[in-house]
Amino acid sequence: MRRSRTPIVVTIIVLLFFYLPVFILVLNSFNASRFGGAWEGWSLSWYRQLFHHREIWASVRNTMIIAFTATGISVVIGTTAALALHRFQSRLQQFHYMLIYTPLVIPEILMGIGLLLFFVAVGMQLGLFTIFLAHVTFCISYVAMVVLGRLQNFDFSIVEAAQDLGANLPTVTWRILIPLLSPGIIAGALLAFTLSIDDFVITFFVAGPGSTTLPIRIYSMIKHGSPPLINALSTILLVVTFLAVLISQNFMEEEEA
Amino acid sequence: MGNRTSKRNEWFLTVPSLIWLVILFLVPTIMIFAISFKPPDQYGGFAPGWTLKTLASLAQPNYPAIIWRTIYLSVITTVICILLATPVGYCMARLTGRWRQIFLLLVIVPFWTSFLVRIFAWKVLLHPDGLIKRFLVFLHLVGPDATLLYNAGAVLLVMVYNFLPFAILPIYAAAAKFDFRLVEAAQDLGAHKFQSFMRVFIPGIWRGLITAILMVFIPALGSYVIPDIVGGPSGEMIGNKIAQRVFVDRNLPHASGLSSFLTLTVLIPMAVVMLMQKRKQRAGPIIEGEA
Repeated sequence: MRRSRTPIVVTIIVLLFFYLPVFILVLNSFNASRFGGAWEGWSLSWYRQLFHHREIWASVRNTMIIAFTATGISVVIGTTAALALHRFQSRLQQFHYMLIYTPLVIPEILMGIGLLLFFVAVGMQLGLFTIFLAHVTFCISYVAMVVLGRLQNFDFSIVEAAQDLGANLPTVTWRILIPLLSPGIIAGALLAFTLSIDDFVITFFVAGPGSTTLPIRIYSMIKHGSPPLINALSTILLVVTFLAVLISQNFMEEEEA
Repeated sequence: MGNRTSKRNEWFLTVPSLIWLVILFLVPTIMIFAISFKPPDQYGGFAPGWTLKTLASLAQPNYPAIIWRTIYLSVITTVICILLATPVGYCMARLTGRWRQIFLLLVIVPFWTSFLVRIFAWKVLLHPDGLIKRFLVFLHLVGPDATLLYNAGAVLLVMVYNFLPFAILPIYAAAAKFDFRLVEAAQDLGAHKFQSFMRVFIPGIWRGLITAILMVFIPALGSYVIPDIVGGPSGEMIGNKIAQRVFVDRNLPHASGLSSFLTLTVLIPMAVVMLMQKRKQRAGPIIEGEA
Protein backbone atom coordinates (compact mmCIF):
# COMPACT_ATOMS: atom_id res chain seq x y z
CA MET A 1 0.00 0.00 0.00
CA ARG A 2 1.35 3.40 -0.91
CA ARG A 3 0.96 6.01 1.78
CA SER A 4 -0.01 9.60 1.18
CA ARG A 5 2.88 12.07 1.19
CA THR A 6 0.80 14.93 2.60
CA PRO A 7 1.47 14.21 6.34
CA ILE A 8 5.25 14.16 5.97
CA VAL A 9 5.20 17.33 3.85
CA VAL A 10 3.06 19.13 6.45
CA THR A 11 5.36 17.87 9.22
CA ILE A 12 8.47 19.21 7.53
CA ILE A 13 6.80 22.58 6.87
CA VAL A 14 5.70 22.76 10.51
CA LEU A 15 9.21 22.00 11.74
CA LEU A 16 10.65 24.68 9.47
CA PHE A 17 8.02 27.05 10.84
CA PHE A 18 9.12 26.13 14.38
CA TYR A 19 12.84 26.52 13.83
CA LEU A 20 13.29 29.22 11.22
CA PRO A 21 12.50 32.19 13.51
CA VAL A 22 14.71 30.77 16.25
CA PHE A 23 17.52 30.07 13.78
CA ILE A 24 17.43 33.63 12.46
CA LEU A 25 17.46 34.93 16.02
CA VAL A 26 20.56 32.90 16.88
CA LEU A 27 22.26 34.02 13.67
CA ASN A 28 21.44 37.66 14.39
CA SER A 29 23.01 37.39 17.83
CA PHE A 30 26.36 37.10 16.01
CA ASN A 31 25.53 39.87 13.56
CA ALA A 32 27.54 43.06 13.94
CA SER A 33 24.59 45.10 12.66
CA ARG A 34 22.64 46.89 15.32
CA PHE A 35 19.22 46.39 13.76
CA GLY A 36 19.69 42.92 12.35
CA GLY A 37 18.25 43.93 9.00
CA ALA A 38 21.34 43.16 6.98
CA TRP A 39 24.37 40.99 7.63
CA GLU A 40 27.38 43.09 8.60
CA GLY A 41 29.79 40.40 9.61
CA TRP A 42 30.39 38.14 12.60
CA SER A 43 30.70 39.70 16.01
CA LEU A 44 30.68 38.67 19.63
CA SER A 45 30.19 42.22 20.87
CA TRP A 46 26.59 41.62 22.00
CA TYR A 47 27.72 38.76 24.18
CA ARG A 48 30.47 40.94 25.60
CA GLN A 49 27.98 43.72 26.39
CA LEU A 50 25.65 41.19 27.94
CA PHE A 51 28.41 40.04 30.21
CA HIS A 52 28.82 43.52 31.64
CA HIS A 53 25.10 44.12 32.06
CA ARG A 54 24.70 44.30 35.87
CA GLU A 55 20.89 44.34 35.86
CA ILE A 56 20.69 41.13 33.87
CA TRP A 57 22.97 39.30 36.27
CA ALA A 58 20.95 40.55 39.25
CA SER A 59 17.78 39.20 37.61
CA VAL A 60 19.50 35.88 36.83
CA ARG A 61 20.37 35.61 40.50
CA ASN A 62 16.74 36.19 41.54
CA THR A 63 15.52 33.70 38.94
CA MET A 64 17.92 31.04 40.21
CA ILE A 65 17.02 31.57 43.88
CA ILE A 66 13.33 31.12 43.04
CA ALA A 67 13.86 28.22 40.62
CA PHE A 68 15.90 26.17 43.10
CA THR A 69 13.68 26.78 46.12
CA ALA A 70 10.40 26.41 44.24
CA THR A 71 11.59 23.21 42.54
CA GLY A 72 12.75 21.74 45.85
CA ILE A 73 9.45 22.32 47.62
CA SER A 74 7.19 21.47 44.69
CA VAL A 75 9.00 18.17 44.03
CA VAL A 76 8.25 17.00 47.58
CA ILE A 77 4.62 18.19 47.56
CA GLY A 78 4.00 17.06 43.98
CA THR A 79 5.41 13.58 44.64
CA THR A 80 3.33 13.01 47.78
CA ALA A 81 0.29 14.25 45.83
CA ALA A 82 0.97 11.76 43.02
CA LEU A 83 1.37 8.90 45.52
CA ALA A 84 -1.95 9.83 47.16
CA LEU A 85 -3.75 10.08 43.80
CA HIS A 86 -2.35 6.76 42.66
CA ARG A 87 -2.81 4.79 45.86
CA PHE A 88 -6.26 5.86 47.05
CA GLN A 89 -9.65 6.09 45.39
CA SER A 90 -11.99 8.29 47.36
CA ARG A 91 -14.12 11.41 47.19
CA LEU A 92 -11.18 13.28 48.72
CA GLN A 93 -8.90 12.15 45.89
CA GLN A 94 -11.44 13.22 43.26
CA PHE A 95 -11.38 16.72 44.74
CA HIS A 96 -7.59 16.49 45.08
CA TYR A 97 -7.24 15.52 41.41
CA MET A 98 -9.40 18.45 40.36
CA LEU A 99 -7.23 20.83 42.40
CA ILE A 100 -4.06 19.44 40.80
CA TYR A 101 -5.47 19.34 37.28
CA THR A 102 -7.23 22.71 36.96
CA PRO A 103 -4.07 24.90 37.29
CA LEU A 104 -2.70 23.08 34.21
CA VAL A 105 -5.57 24.16 31.98
CA ILE A 106 -6.68 27.61 33.11
CA PRO A 107 -4.97 30.59 31.48
CA GLU A 108 -1.93 31.80 33.42
CA ILE A 109 -3.28 35.32 33.64
CA LEU A 110 -6.16 34.11 35.84
CA MET A 111 -3.76 32.43 38.23
CA GLY A 112 -1.64 35.58 38.26
CA ILE A 113 -4.48 37.93 39.07
CA GLY A 114 -5.98 35.55 41.63
CA LEU A 115 -2.68 35.33 43.50
CA LEU A 116 -2.19 39.10 43.31
CA LEU A 117 -5.64 39.69 44.82
CA PHE A 118 -4.91 37.14 47.52
CA PHE A 119 -1.55 38.70 48.46
CA VAL A 120 -3.05 42.19 48.50
CA ALA A 121 -6.00 40.98 50.62
CA VAL A 122 -3.79 39.37 53.26
CA GLY A 123 -1.43 42.36 53.19
CA MET A 124 1.64 40.46 52.03
CA GLN A 125 4.53 42.51 50.64
CA LEU A 126 5.08 41.63 46.96
CA GLY A 127 8.60 40.38 46.26
CA LEU A 128 10.74 37.27 45.92
CA PHE A 129 8.72 35.41 48.55
CA THR A 130 5.38 35.93 46.80
CA ILE A 131 6.98 34.84 43.50
CA PHE A 132 8.29 31.73 45.25
CA LEU A 133 4.80 30.91 46.59
CA ALA A 134 3.27 31.41 43.14
CA HIS A 135 5.87 29.21 41.42
CA VAL A 136 5.46 26.36 43.90
CA THR A 137 1.70 26.55 43.26
CA PHE A 138 1.91 25.88 39.53
CA CYS A 139 4.93 23.55 39.74
CA ILE A 140 3.12 21.14 42.12
CA SER A 141 0.65 20.24 39.38
CA TYR A 142 3.32 19.54 36.76
CA VAL A 143 5.47 17.45 39.12
CA ALA A 144 2.40 15.50 40.29
CA MET A 145 1.36 14.71 36.69
CA VAL A 146 4.83 13.54 35.64
CA VAL A 147 5.29 11.35 38.74
CA LEU A 148 1.73 10.01 38.39
CA GLY A 149 2.59 8.94 34.83
CA ARG A 150 5.62 7.10 36.15
CA LEU A 151 3.55 5.41 38.88
CA GLN A 152 1.22 3.93 36.27
CA ASN A 153 3.69 1.10 35.66
CA PHE A 154 4.96 0.81 39.20
CA ASP A 155 4.52 -2.52 40.96
CA PHE A 156 3.26 -1.83 44.47
CA SER A 157 3.67 -5.48 45.49
CA ILE A 158 7.36 -4.63 46.03
CA VAL A 159 6.34 -2.19 48.76
CA GLU A 160 4.01 -4.74 50.31
CA ALA A 161 6.70 -7.41 50.17
CA ALA A 162 9.13 -5.09 51.97
CA GLN A 163 6.54 -4.32 54.61
CA ASP A 164 5.83 -8.04 55.11
CA LEU A 165 9.55 -8.49 55.65
CA GLY A 166 9.44 -5.90 58.42
CA ALA A 167 10.49 -2.67 56.71
CA ASN A 168 8.95 0.42 58.27
CA LEU A 169 7.64 3.45 56.40
CA PRO A 170 10.90 5.48 56.33
CA THR A 171 12.84 2.43 55.11
CA VAL A 172 10.27 1.75 52.39
CA THR A 173 10.34 5.39 51.34
CA TRP A 174 14.12 5.77 51.20
CA ARG A 175 15.16 2.32 50.01
CA ILE A 176 12.32 1.46 47.61
CA LEU A 177 9.99 4.28 46.61
CA ILE A 178 12.51 7.04 45.99
CA PRO A 179 15.09 4.96 44.09
CA LEU A 180 12.44 3.38 41.86
CA LEU A 181 10.57 6.62 41.29
CA SER A 182 13.68 8.75 40.82
CA PRO A 183 13.51 8.93 36.98
CA GLY A 184 9.98 10.33 37.26
CA ILE A 185 10.90 12.63 40.11
CA ILE A 186 13.95 13.97 38.27
CA ALA A 187 11.94 14.50 35.07
CA GLY A 188 9.30 16.33 37.13
CA ALA A 189 11.97 18.43 38.84
CA LEU A 190 13.53 19.42 35.52
CA LEU A 191 10.12 20.40 34.17
CA ALA A 192 9.37 22.44 37.31
CA PHE A 193 12.80 24.10 37.12
CA THR A 194 12.40 25.06 33.46
CA LEU A 195 8.86 26.34 33.99
CA SER A 196 10.00 28.41 36.96
CA ILE A 197 12.92 29.93 35.03
CA ASP A 198 10.66 30.72 32.09
CA ASP A 199 7.52 31.95 33.80
CA PHE A 200 6.62 35.51 32.95
CA VAL A 201 2.85 36.08 33.26
CA ILE A 202 2.24 34.87 36.82
CA THR A 203 5.57 36.29 38.03
CA PHE A 204 4.81 39.72 36.55
CA PHE A 205 1.57 39.91 38.53
CA VAL A 206 3.07 38.98 41.90
CA ALA A 207 6.49 40.66 41.59
CA GLY A 208 7.33 43.75 43.59
CA PRO A 209 10.08 46.36 43.43
CA GLY A 210 13.55 44.80 43.56
CA SER A 211 12.36 41.30 42.68
CA THR A 212 12.93 41.47 38.91
CA THR A 213 13.44 38.00 37.44
CA LEU A 214 15.09 37.20 34.12
CA PRO A 215 11.82 36.92 32.13
CA ILE A 216 10.65 40.27 33.55
CA ARG A 217 13.99 41.79 32.54
CA ILE A 218 13.69 40.27 29.05
CA TYR A 219 10.15 41.60 28.74
CA SER A 220 11.19 45.14 29.57
CA MET A 221 14.14 44.79 27.15
CA ILE A 222 11.72 43.68 24.40
CA LYS A 223 9.55 46.69 25.18
CA HIS A 224 12.30 49.29 25.47
CA GLY A 225 15.75 47.78 25.04
CA SER A 226 18.18 46.90 22.28
CA PRO A 227 17.30 43.87 20.13
CA PRO A 228 20.84 42.46 19.64
CA LEU A 229 21.31 42.08 23.40
CA ILE A 230 18.08 40.10 23.63
CA ASN A 231 19.25 37.95 20.69
CA ALA A 232 22.43 37.07 22.55
CA LEU A 233 20.60 36.42 25.81
CA SER A 234 18.01 34.29 24.00
CA THR A 235 20.71 32.21 22.35
CA ILE A 236 22.25 31.41 25.73
CA LEU A 237 18.82 30.48 27.08
CA LEU A 238 18.15 28.27 24.05
CA VAL A 239 21.38 26.35 24.59
CA VAL A 240 20.57 25.86 28.28
CA THR A 241 17.03 24.61 27.57
CA PHE A 242 18.19 22.32 24.79
CA LEU A 243 20.59 20.64 27.23
CA ALA A 244 17.80 20.36 29.83
CA VAL A 245 15.50 18.69 27.26
CA LEU A 246 18.22 16.23 26.24
CA ILE A 247 18.86 15.27 29.87
CA SER A 248 15.17 14.89 30.69
CA GLN A 249 14.56 12.85 27.51
CA ASN A 250 17.19 10.41 28.75
CA PHE A 251 15.21 9.95 31.96
CA MET A 252 11.96 9.59 30.02
CA GLU A 253 13.46 6.92 27.76
CA GLU A 254 14.50 4.97 30.79
CA GLU A 255 10.89 5.19 31.87
CA GLU A 256 9.67 3.62 28.63
CA ALA A 257 12.20 0.81 28.73
CA MET B 1 -2.37 -2.60 56.95
CA GLY B 2 -5.45 -1.68 58.95
CA ASN B 3 -8.13 0.61 57.63
CA ARG B 4 -7.19 3.32 60.09
CA THR B 5 -3.49 3.37 59.17
CA SER B 6 -4.52 3.42 55.52
CA LYS B 7 -6.75 6.44 56.15
CA ARG B 8 -3.93 8.09 58.10
CA ASN B 9 -1.47 7.44 55.25
CA GLU B 10 -3.92 8.92 52.78
CA TRP B 11 -4.22 12.11 54.82
CA PHE B 12 -0.47 12.26 55.36
CA LEU B 13 0.14 12.11 51.60
CA THR B 14 -2.75 14.36 50.61
CA VAL B 15 -2.57 17.17 53.15
CA PRO B 16 0.53 19.06 51.86
CA SER B 17 -0.72 19.55 48.30
CA LEU B 18 -4.35 19.87 49.37
CA ILE B 19 -3.67 22.68 51.82
CA TRP B 20 -1.24 24.45 49.52
CA LEU B 21 -3.62 24.42 46.57
CA VAL B 22 -6.71 25.31 48.58
CA ILE B 23 -4.97 28.39 50.01
CA LEU B 24 -3.01 29.48 46.95
CA PHE B 25 -5.23 28.29 44.12
CA LEU B 26 -8.84 27.73 45.17
CA VAL B 27 -9.15 30.75 47.49
CA PRO B 28 -7.49 33.14 44.97
CA THR B 29 -9.80 31.86 42.21
CA ILE B 30 -12.87 32.50 44.38
CA MET B 31 -11.44 35.91 45.24
CA ILE B 32 -11.43 36.86 41.56
CA PHE B 33 -15.23 36.74 41.73
CA ALA B 34 -15.53 38.24 45.21
CA ILE B 35 -13.32 41.28 44.56
CA SER B 36 -15.54 42.22 41.58
CA PHE B 37 -18.09 43.33 44.20
CA LYS B 38 -15.62 45.53 46.12
CA PRO B 39 -15.06 49.25 45.65
CA PRO B 40 -11.46 50.27 44.76
CA ASP B 41 -9.48 52.47 47.15
CA GLN B 42 -7.03 55.16 46.10
CA TYR B 43 -3.93 53.11 47.03
CA GLY B 44 -4.51 50.43 44.38
CA GLY B 45 -6.18 47.98 46.73
CA PHE B 46 -9.83 47.61 47.62
CA ALA B 47 -11.96 49.38 50.21
CA PRO B 48 -14.25 47.65 52.72
CA GLY B 49 -17.93 47.17 51.91
CA TRP B 50 -19.64 45.75 48.84
CA THR B 51 -20.82 47.41 45.66
CA LEU B 52 -22.31 46.68 42.25
CA LYS B 53 -20.62 49.73 40.71
CA THR B 54 -17.62 47.75 39.47
CA LEU B 55 -19.82 45.40 37.50
CA ALA B 56 -21.69 48.40 36.05
CA SER B 57 -18.35 49.96 35.03
CA LEU B 58 -17.63 46.89 32.88
CA ALA B 59 -20.21 48.13 30.37
CA GLN B 60 -17.63 50.09 28.38
CA PRO B 61 -18.29 50.72 24.70
CA ASN B 62 -14.93 49.30 23.52
CA TYR B 63 -15.19 46.01 25.46
CA PRO B 64 -17.60 44.12 23.16
CA ALA B 65 -15.18 44.51 20.22
CA ILE B 66 -12.27 43.26 22.35
CA ILE B 67 -14.27 40.30 23.66
CA TRP B 68 -15.33 39.38 20.15
CA ARG B 69 -11.72 39.64 18.92
CA THR B 70 -10.52 37.46 21.82
CA ILE B 71 -13.03 34.76 20.92
CA TYR B 72 -12.54 34.75 17.17
CA LEU B 73 -8.73 34.86 17.38
CA SER B 74 -8.80 31.93 19.82
CA VAL B 75 -11.20 29.93 17.63
CA ILE B 76 -9.16 30.51 14.45
CA THR B 77 -5.91 29.70 16.31
CA THR B 78 -7.44 26.44 17.53
CA VAL B 79 -8.72 25.46 14.07
CA ILE B 80 -5.35 26.15 12.39
CA CYS B 81 -3.43 24.33 15.14
CA ILE B 82 -5.66 21.23 14.85
CA LEU B 83 -5.48 21.25 11.03
CA LEU B 84 -1.66 21.34 11.18
CA ALA B 85 -1.20 19.10 14.22
CA THR B 86 -3.32 16.20 12.95
CA PRO B 87 -1.15 15.33 9.92
CA VAL B 88 1.98 15.91 12.03
CA GLY B 89 0.71 13.58 14.78
CA TYR B 90 -0.24 11.01 12.16
CA CYS B 91 3.14 11.23 10.50
CA MET B 92 5.06 10.93 13.78
CA ALA B 93 3.00 7.93 14.89
CA ARG B 94 3.80 6.12 11.64
CA LEU B 95 7.53 6.68 12.02
CA THR B 96 9.50 4.06 13.86
CA GLY B 97 12.52 3.83 16.13
CA ARG B 98 15.14 6.48 15.83
CA TRP B 99 13.26 8.82 13.48
CA ARG B 100 10.30 8.91 15.79
CA GLN B 101 12.59 9.87 18.70
CA ILE B 102 14.19 12.63 16.64
CA PHE B 103 10.88 14.11 15.48
CA LEU B 104 9.46 13.93 18.99
CA LEU B 105 12.49 15.78 20.33
CA LEU B 106 12.13 18.41 17.59
CA VAL B 107 8.52 19.02 18.60
CA ILE B 108 9.33 19.10 22.32
CA VAL B 109 12.23 21.58 22.14
CA PRO B 110 10.07 24.62 21.19
CA PHE B 111 7.68 23.55 23.95
CA TRP B 112 10.49 24.05 26.45
CA THR B 113 12.13 27.15 25.00
CA SER B 114 11.46 30.51 26.53
CA PHE B 115 8.01 31.80 25.72
CA LEU B 116 9.24 35.42 25.51
CA VAL B 117 12.13 34.46 23.24
CA ARG B 118 9.77 32.78 20.78
CA ILE B 119 7.54 35.86 20.63
CA PHE B 120 10.51 38.16 20.33
CA ALA B 121 11.86 36.14 17.38
CA TRP B 122 8.65 36.96 15.50
CA LYS B 123 8.72 40.59 16.49
CA VAL B 124 12.14 40.83 14.82
CA LEU B 125 11.00 38.94 11.72
CA LEU B 126 7.84 40.99 11.23
CA HIS B 127 9.59 44.28 11.98
CA PRO B 128 9.56 46.85 9.12
CA ASP B 129 13.30 46.15 8.59
CA GLY B 130 12.83 42.45 9.22
CA LEU B 131 13.43 39.54 6.89
CA ILE B 132 9.81 38.64 6.12
CA LYS B 133 8.82 42.18 5.30
CA ARG B 134 11.77 42.61 2.93
CA PHE B 135 11.08 39.24 1.34
CA LEU B 136 7.41 40.09 0.72
CA VAL B 137 8.34 43.52 -0.68
CA PHE B 138 10.91 41.83 -2.92
CA LEU B 139 8.17 39.53 -4.25
CA HIS B 140 5.89 42.57 -4.68
CA LEU B 141 3.34 40.91 -2.43
CA VAL B 142 3.14 43.92 -0.13
CA GLY B 143 3.95 47.58 -0.62
CA PRO B 144 7.09 49.06 0.99
CA ASP B 145 5.01 50.80 3.67
CA ALA B 146 2.77 47.91 4.65
CA THR B 147 2.89 47.00 8.34
CA LEU B 148 3.09 43.34 9.31
CA LEU B 149 3.44 44.04 13.01
CA TYR B 150 0.89 45.45 15.47
CA ASN B 151 -2.33 44.02 14.11
CA ALA B 152 -4.65 41.06 14.72
CA GLY B 153 -2.99 39.05 11.93
CA ALA B 154 0.38 39.18 13.69
CA VAL B 155 -1.30 38.05 16.93
CA LEU B 156 -2.90 35.11 15.11
CA LEU B 157 0.39 34.04 13.51
CA VAL B 158 2.33 34.15 16.79
CA MET B 159 -0.48 32.41 18.70
CA VAL B 160 -0.43 29.52 16.20
CA TYR B 161 3.35 29.40 16.48
CA ASN B 162 3.21 29.34 20.26
CA PHE B 163 0.33 26.89 20.79
CA LEU B 164 1.03 24.39 17.99
CA PRO B 165 3.27 22.08 20.10
CA PHE B 166 0.43 21.89 22.67
CA ALA B 167 -1.81 20.52 19.92
CA ILE B 168 0.74 18.16 18.38
CA LEU B 169 1.71 16.33 21.59
CA PRO B 170 -1.78 15.05 22.62
CA ILE B 171 -2.67 14.16 19.02
CA TYR B 172 0.62 12.29 18.63
CA ALA B 173 0.05 10.49 21.96
CA ALA B 174 -3.39 9.34 20.78
CA ALA B 175 -2.11 8.42 17.30
CA ALA B 176 0.75 6.38 18.79
CA LYS B 177 -1.85 4.12 20.43
CA PHE B 178 -3.97 3.90 17.28
CA ASP B 179 -4.02 0.58 15.41
CA PHE B 180 -3.05 1.53 11.85
CA ARG B 181 -4.21 -1.85 10.55
CA LEU B 182 -7.71 -0.35 10.73
CA VAL B 183 -6.72 2.22 8.08
CA GLU B 184 -5.27 -0.53 5.92
CA ALA B 185 -8.42 -2.60 6.34
CA ALA B 186 -10.55 0.36 5.26
CA GLN B 187 -8.38 0.83 2.18
CA ASP B 188 -8.55 -2.89 1.35
CA LEU B 189 -12.31 -2.50 1.47
CA GLY B 190 -12.10 0.26 -1.13
CA ALA B 191 -11.80 3.50 0.85
CA HIS B 192 -9.33 5.90 -0.66
CA LYS B 193 -6.57 7.53 1.41
CA PHE B 194 -8.39 10.68 2.43
CA GLN B 195 -11.60 8.78 3.22
CA SER B 196 -9.81 6.28 5.46
CA PHE B 197 -8.00 9.15 7.19
CA MET B 198 -11.20 11.08 7.92
CA ARG B 199 -13.51 8.18 8.75
CA VAL B 200 -11.19 5.74 10.51
CA PHE B 201 -8.15 7.60 11.84
CA ILE B 202 -9.91 10.78 13.08
CA PRO B 203 -12.61 8.93 15.10
CA GLY B 204 -9.85 6.69 16.46
CA ILE B 205 -7.95 9.59 18.00
CA TRP B 206 -10.89 11.77 19.09
CA ARG B 207 -9.75 11.89 22.71
CA GLY B 208 -6.39 13.27 21.69
CA LEU B 209 -8.16 15.80 19.47
CA ILE B 210 -10.35 17.01 22.32
CA THR B 211 -7.35 17.34 24.64
CA ALA B 212 -5.54 19.27 21.90
CA ILE B 213 -8.51 21.61 21.38
CA LEU B 214 -8.67 22.38 25.11
CA MET B 215 -4.89 22.78 25.42
CA VAL B 216 -4.95 25.43 22.69
CA PHE B 217 -8.32 27.13 23.05
CA ILE B 218 -8.31 27.77 26.81
CA PRO B 219 -4.83 29.33 27.10
CA ALA B 220 -5.50 31.23 23.86
CA LEU B 221 -8.53 32.92 25.43
CA GLY B 222 -6.28 34.17 28.23
CA SER B 223 -3.46 35.39 25.94
CA TYR B 224 -1.89 38.56 27.10
CA VAL B 225 1.83 38.67 26.28
CA ILE B 226 1.46 37.85 22.57
CA PRO B 227 -1.05 40.65 21.79
CA ASP B 228 0.94 42.91 24.11
CA ILE B 229 4.18 42.45 22.14
CA VAL B 230 3.02 42.02 18.53
CA GLY B 231 -0.61 43.21 18.67
CA GLY B 232 -0.74 46.94 19.17
CA PRO B 233 -4.10 48.66 19.81
CA SER B 234 -5.87 46.85 16.96
CA GLY B 235 -4.81 43.44 18.28
CA GLU B 236 -5.80 43.80 21.94
CA MET B 237 -7.49 40.94 23.78
CA ILE B 238 -9.24 40.62 27.17
CA GLY B 239 -5.92 39.70 28.80
CA ASN B 240 -4.45 43.08 27.80
CA LYS B 241 -7.38 44.90 29.39
CA ILE B 242 -6.95 42.93 32.63
CA ALA B 243 -3.25 43.77 32.69
CA GLN B 244 -3.91 47.45 31.95
CA ARG B 245 -6.39 47.68 34.83
CA VAL B 246 -3.77 46.12 37.13
CA PHE B 247 -0.56 47.81 35.99
CA VAL B 248 -1.71 51.09 34.45
CA ASP B 249 -4.65 52.39 36.47
CA ARG B 250 -4.31 49.95 39.37
CA ASN B 251 -8.04 49.28 39.62
CA LEU B 252 -8.08 45.76 41.04
CA PRO B 253 -11.89 45.40 41.32
CA HIS B 254 -12.31 46.31 37.66
CA ALA B 255 -9.56 43.82 36.74
CA SER B 256 -11.37 41.15 38.81
CA GLY B 257 -14.62 41.88 37.02
CA LEU B 258 -12.95 41.31 33.65
CA SER B 259 -11.17 38.22 34.99
CA SER B 260 -14.46 36.78 36.29
CA PHE B 261 -15.85 37.16 32.80
CA LEU B 262 -12.78 35.41 31.35
CA THR B 263 -13.08 32.60 33.93
CA LEU B 264 -16.69 32.00 32.92
CA THR B 265 -15.69 31.98 29.23
CA VAL B 266 -13.03 29.40 29.97
CA LEU B 267 -15.45 27.23 31.96
CA ILE B 268 -17.82 26.87 28.99
CA PRO B 269 -15.54 24.69 26.79
CA MET B 270 -14.53 22.66 29.88
CA ALA B 271 -18.19 22.07 30.79
CA VAL B 272 -19.00 21.04 27.20
CA VAL B 273 -16.22 18.46 27.27
CA MET B 274 -17.38 17.10 30.62
CA LEU B 275 -20.93 16.74 29.29
CA MET B 276 -19.62 14.94 26.23
CA GLN B 277 -17.67 12.63 28.49
CA LYS B 278 -20.81 11.85 30.50
CA ARG B 279 -22.74 11.08 27.32
CA LYS B 280 -20.04 8.88 25.88
CA GLN B 281 -19.92 6.98 29.19
CA ARG B 282 -16.50 5.58 28.57
CA ALA B 283 -14.05 4.50 31.20
CA GLY B 284 -11.12 6.70 32.11
CA PRO B 285 -10.70 10.45 31.93
CA ILE B 286 -11.31 12.19 28.64
CA ILE B 287 -8.34 14.43 29.15
CA GLU B 288 -5.10 12.57 29.09
CA GLY B 289 -2.14 13.97 30.94
CA GLU B 290 0.50 14.75 28.37
CA ALA B 291 3.43 17.07 28.03
